[in-house]
Amino acid sequence: MARLALLAAVVLAGLASLAGGRIDPYHYDILVTIGVNIILAVSLNLVNGHTGQFSLGHAGFMAVGAYTSAVITLSLRSGPVPVVFPVALVAGGLAAAAAGFLVGAPSLRLRGDYLAIVTLGFGEIIRVVLQNLEAVGGARGLEGIPFHTNLFWSYLGAALTVFTVGCLVHSTYGRGFLAVRDDEIAAEAMGIDTTKYKVLAFVIGAFFAGVAGGLYGHFKQYINPEGFNFLKSVEVVVMVILGGMGNTAGVIVAAIGLTLLNEGLREFEVYRMVVFSLLLILLMILRPGGLLVCPQWLRHLWRKRAK
Amino acid sequence: MTEAVQQLINGLSLGSIYALIALGYTMVYGVLRFINFAHGDVFMIGAFSGLYLARWLKPLVVGWPPLLAAFVVLAGSMCFCAALGMLIEVLAYRPLRKRPRLTVLITAIGVSLFLEYAGQLVFGAAPRGFPTLVPEKTYGMDIGLAVTSTQLIVVAVTLVLLALLRHVVLRTKLGMAMRAVSHNPSAAALMGIHTNVIISFTFGLGSALAAAAGIFYSLLYQAIDPFMGIGPGIKAFVAAVLGGIGSLPGAVLGGFLLGVLETFVGGSRFSTFRDGIAFAVLIAILLFKPSGLLGRGEREKV
Repeated sequence: MARLALLAAVVLAGLASLAGGRIDPYHYDILVTIGVNIILAVSLNLVNGHTGQFSLGHAGFMAVGAYTSAVITLSLRSGPVPVVFPVALVAGGLAAAAAGFLVGAPSLRLRGDYLAIVTLGFGEIIRVVLQNLEAVGGARGLEGIPFHTNLFWSYLGAALTVFTVGCLVHSTYGRGFLAVRDDEIAAEAMGIDTTKYKVLAFVIGAFFAGVAGGLYGHFKQYINPEGFNFLKSVEVVVMVILGGMGNTAGVIVAAIGLTLLNEGLREFEVYRMVVFSLLLILLMILRPGGLLVCPQWLRHLWRKRAK
Repeated sequence: MTEAVQQLINGLSLGSIYALIALGYTMVYGVLRFINFAHGDVFMIGAFSGLYLARWLKPLVVGWPPLLAAFVVLAGSMCFCAALGMLIEVLAYRPLRKRPRLTVLITAIGVSLFLEYAGQLVFGAAPRGFPTLVPEKTYGMDIGLAVTSTQLIVVAVTLVLLALLRHVVLRTKLGMAMRAVSHNPSAAALMGIHTNVIISFTFGLGSALAAAAGIFYSLLYQAIDPFMGIGPGIKAFVAAVLGGIGSLPGAVLGGFLLGVLETFVGGSRFSTFRDGIAFAVLIAILLFKPSGLLGRGEREKV
């Protein structure tokens, strides 16, 4: 079933890239951004939703991936694109995963709240380090990244992320993630190495964030440290919460919806974050399961009908 | 040598600010077991309410001694932020009392962002100057030091506030109730303590201290903006963890330690890493002594 879905998604990505020439640049931009945001949201969902850990540093991992892969493609300019680009993306993902391990290993031994602060701090540190790193342009940002990301790569990345996360959640490991989320103490009593599972989920999430960063960099052809600030992380968090933590389909829909909403609210930049923050508070109070989960009473009605 | 003394004095005045904010984190953690992410933004609102209060009071306090006028501004902002803190607790956190911790944490981030961006709408994004409430004098020039009157006042008033807090927590009925709730909320409720009232009171107390920190910070650095709370907020949290989260003396110790450490790093060859030092400290503490310097390790009961 999952494999079929993956195949369908890849074929769709290929078809979409064929049609790519006929889409005007503005809408093309939105479509590619949606793909990248799906990767970000689904990978963060693995950490926040399935494993129940709260990470606020997704933009930081994205930055690590974006810079690593950009440096690789820039230094291997003469190589064949179909080889160099995937290698660069994976290398970016691995670099982000390594960063994820460094950040996650100490903080995930403890209870969840620490991770939020540490990842938040990590995101800031990455930004400061990149701003001081003259080799990659410092605060001016890195320019002249070759244009490699098209619709095909963006949606291939999204499809692979959804596939991997989907398979993982339905595997033995996935049961471990869910157990850690539902009750850490009980999970530990059942012999689950909770720290191991938490770090694993975190590192995998960071990997895909890195890949998303690579895709983003090779689409915009320009990256700067400011683009990966705390607000970018919050944006991804809002996608996950809006879609319902642990609900992959919902998160994908939320990623698409929020990307479009962002475009729509571009003129009202000042109000955008006020709306976002209120949305966050109200959702947590009124609909903690996300907007797209069908309410309890409706499900009840459905079950009665079925009988 | 004189340079080291100078750094120490600068560090202590910065540390006072961290200590005051850290107390708010630690007290709220004590009663509710969650990190109030919006605390740094209450600090920012404290600074802005001080600015507006000072401006509004200016024609009224002509002829008063400046210290008295500064005291009125301080007290006014502290009251305002105490009310704000309680309001936040009632509106955003109370409906979530029985929900998973993650839910409350996310709400706290929402509140934090809301205060920042609503602040940006109301106050404007550009940094604003903060009036000098106390006459600026510099002492110790003859022995190569530069200690400003503001620094002295900040440290002195912080010590007074800490003594007051100690009195409230250890010698009053409210303080005793606070300690009881922090020890065991359900048992405290069974003993007839209105836990909700105590939690509100804790938020008020913490927010008032944050407001004082906000005013001190603005007096020292003289520029304020709606996002000024993020940096000191995170660092004060690190201070609270360093001292042992949940422990009041720990928060004060952590605050002063971090302030001094940061100033020394800022004055050394590694000055560009000044803002990173807090996180290095945090990671080191989490690795080696997660319960903090003065905190007691807590066993989770099943």
